[in-house]
Amino acid sequence: MYTEEMLESIKKVEAAREANAALEPRRMTAQEKDDLLKTYHPDYRDDQFGTITVGPNKGEKAPLELIELLEGKSRLLENRPDLSCPDYETDVLIIGGGGAGASAAIEADNAGAKVMIVTKLRIGDANTMMAEGGIQAADKPNDSPAQHFLDAFGGGHFAAKKDLVYKLVTDAPYCIKWLNEMGVEFDKDAEGNMVTTHGGGTSRKRMHAAKDYSGAEIMRTLRDEVLNREIPVIDFTTAIELIMDDKGQCAGAVLMNMETKEILVAKAKVVILATGGAGRMHYQGFPTSNHYGATADGLVLAYRVGAKLLYQDTLQYHPTGAAFPEQIFGALVTEKVRSLGAKLVNVNGEVFMHPLETRDVAAASIIRECKRGNQVSTPEGQGVWLDTPMIELKNGEGTIEKRIPAMLRMFGKYGIDIRKQPIIVYPTLHYQNGGVDVDATSETNVPNLFVAGEAAGGVHGRNRLMGNSLLDVIVFGRNAGIYAAKKAKDVTVGNLTLDHIDAFQKELNEAGINPTKLSPQILPEYARKVNK
Amino acid sequence: MEQMVNVFIMGKKYEVPASLTIMKAFEYAGYTLVRGCGCRNGFCGACATVYRIKGDRELKVCLACSTQVQDGMYLTQLPFYPLIKENYNIEEIKPTEQIMMQLYPEIYSCIGCNSCTNSCTQELNVMQYIAYAQRGEYEKCAEESFDCVMCGCCSSRCPAGISHPQVAMLARRLNGKYIAPACEHLADRVDEIATGKCEDAIQAMMALDDSAIREKYNTRDIEK
Repeated sequence: MYTEEMLESIKKVEAAREANAALEPRRMTAQEKDDLLKTYHPDYRDDQFGTITVGPNKGEKAPLELIELLEGKSRLLENRPDLSCPDYETDVLIIGGGGAGASAAIEADNAGAKVMIVTKLRIGDANTMMAEGGIQAADKPNDSPAQHFLDAFGGGHFAAKKDLVYKLVTDAPYCIKWLNEMGVEFDKDAEGNMVTTHGGGTSRKRMHAAKDYSGAEIMRTLRDEVLNREIPVIDFTTAIELIMDDKGQCAGAVLMNMETKEILVAKAKVVILATGGAGRMHYQGFPTSNHYGATADGLVLAYRVGAKLLYQDTLQYHPTGAAFPEQIFGALVTEKVRSLGAKLVNVNGEVFMHPLETRDVAAASIIRECKRGNQVSTPEGQGVWLDTPMIELKNGEGTIEKRIPAMLRMFGKYGIDIRKQPIIVYPTLHYQNGGVDVDATSETNVPNLFVAGEAAGGVHGRNRLMGNSLLDVIVFGRNAGIYAAKKAKDVTVGNLTLDHIDAFQKELNEAGINPTKLSPQILPEYARKVNK
Repeated sequence: MEQMVNVFIMGKKYEVPASLTIMKAFEYAGYTLVRGCGCRNGFCGACATVYRIKGDRELKVCLACSTQVQDGMYLTQLPFYPLIKENYNIEEIKPTEQIMMQLYPEIYSCIGCNSCTNSCTQELNVMQYIAYAQRGEYEKCAEESFDCVMCGCCSSRCPAGISHPQVAMLARRLNGKYIAPACEHLADRVDEIATGKCEDAIQAMMALDDSAIREKYNTRDIEK
């Protein structure tokens, strides 16, 4: 599968493998990391960002592609549906069927609320399903929630909302227990102790996993539980606008059947947005590890009703996306590969960094190594080696099949045996660090609008650690479900309205913007334009 | 010049670049996918695909997102398959042999044809995990079925009408909840947090000013 040139480079990697495996590379100082990020991290490329012109974050910075959507045209600008006889009425409307949406549904159901989930694809078609490496929780004797707080807050460049991080780390052990008692299988030893590893930027080994199908194992169990409870799941139905009432409260959503395009109205006492991230926006032309539906819909829906965003200008590029072969270009190579001992190596067979720096630092470091001329060239661009055979050199034969079977399978389909040969990696768009601004009850500044999971911002500051996103969707999915159900008990919905669409359009017009692009995006445009 | 191949999407011929995955070939042909497309990386099972290569008698299955096109591929997708999913309360059921008999009795009608194994997109030994489920060996069933993406191809070929992915789902939940050893250090920590024993340390951490917490972070010891 590899080219002649790549095979030549592999010889150097192999020759240095034993020495490289024994090496404990120095970690960068705070100053070195700052300088590296400012020079090489994509978040610092000013020409790729613009200024938001309208709405609650007017004057702030955001990726150009996101601004186009935030300032896009509503699908309902000309034709309004009749809001007087809703197709659905519920207490808690959950938009999104991933890990956060499913967790919210289970907890709202526990609280006795009438719940329904709408999702534009199927329940479980979400980034949660694709999370490979694991989920953090400080449950070992040498660890503590305080230590987890320090890692998460520091890794996020001291920008996170402290009350959210507090919630994240103090709820973490309970959430692992909650999942385990639902039947989620975690990697354990014979005594029941969790088998845990490091992730980039962790100071204790607190990464819990289910092989490298961690997210899939969690998601399929949550889905099974939602179905067992007979919580209605309206699939292949997307939200195209939120509905407000005349008291200024969020009170439902206008939905669209993805196949028939039928427009439907859902009236609710409270709404939870759990729509996930934005990888399929391909910011700055990057490939992505994300799910097909990751198109920032939640940010657009919330912004149009006046919800504030937070850290919308910071994205996570996962350091190790597959750079070769082209069929898996951009696909995630889990950080667990490095947790298990594989190091990053340049074309000359040299280790150029500690493999477990935080993701933003690791991504910037790989980009720098390529700009220095030490890259492995590929048909799609470039990358560096991730020396996977080191894992078995360090941990013994059979480790790869047992601990990272999905990776073995993913490359095996293209004739690359990762036990024998290293793989080529380059950063891939992975995660939206920011999102809709929420308080510790997961509610936004718009009454009765809750946001959870990747669509919410603030808990990870400006950089998220591995294993804190799976944790985030469980902790804050549950949190949103609990508080939304509680709030729904006291809500009286007023007259439904979509007047905010006109108000937003007016603001756009006054700013001289006449959008033609419809938003939210819903799905990426991948079909080749067959008519020139 | 890019090398091209001919594929037949539901019988209709399209010329597509030879390097593409089946999923990208659909898009190259001009399809906007709503069904049959999910994570695009082999984890969600949305893009189960059945194909036959022209001239070959064997019917094959794969995930469209992670399989390269070949010349003469006749393709059809299986975006949905009506699996049987029985509802149960995980708190009330127990990991006994009877539970499978109650919920999925059709597994005992397995005729041993091995069609399920032959049609697994993840190359799992499906018939073997059903055999484990029949015997109430849920730990083994869970392990053998672990990489299942629930695409449903196995069930589409089963003469006994078994919903293999749902049987495995039940076995994994039983194993995870009741059979795998309980985790003591987890229970201890949950208890410590609930009784406020972790509170002082984290409050002290949160009370640090910006420069103090930066110093603490930059000099923290990292477990080897």
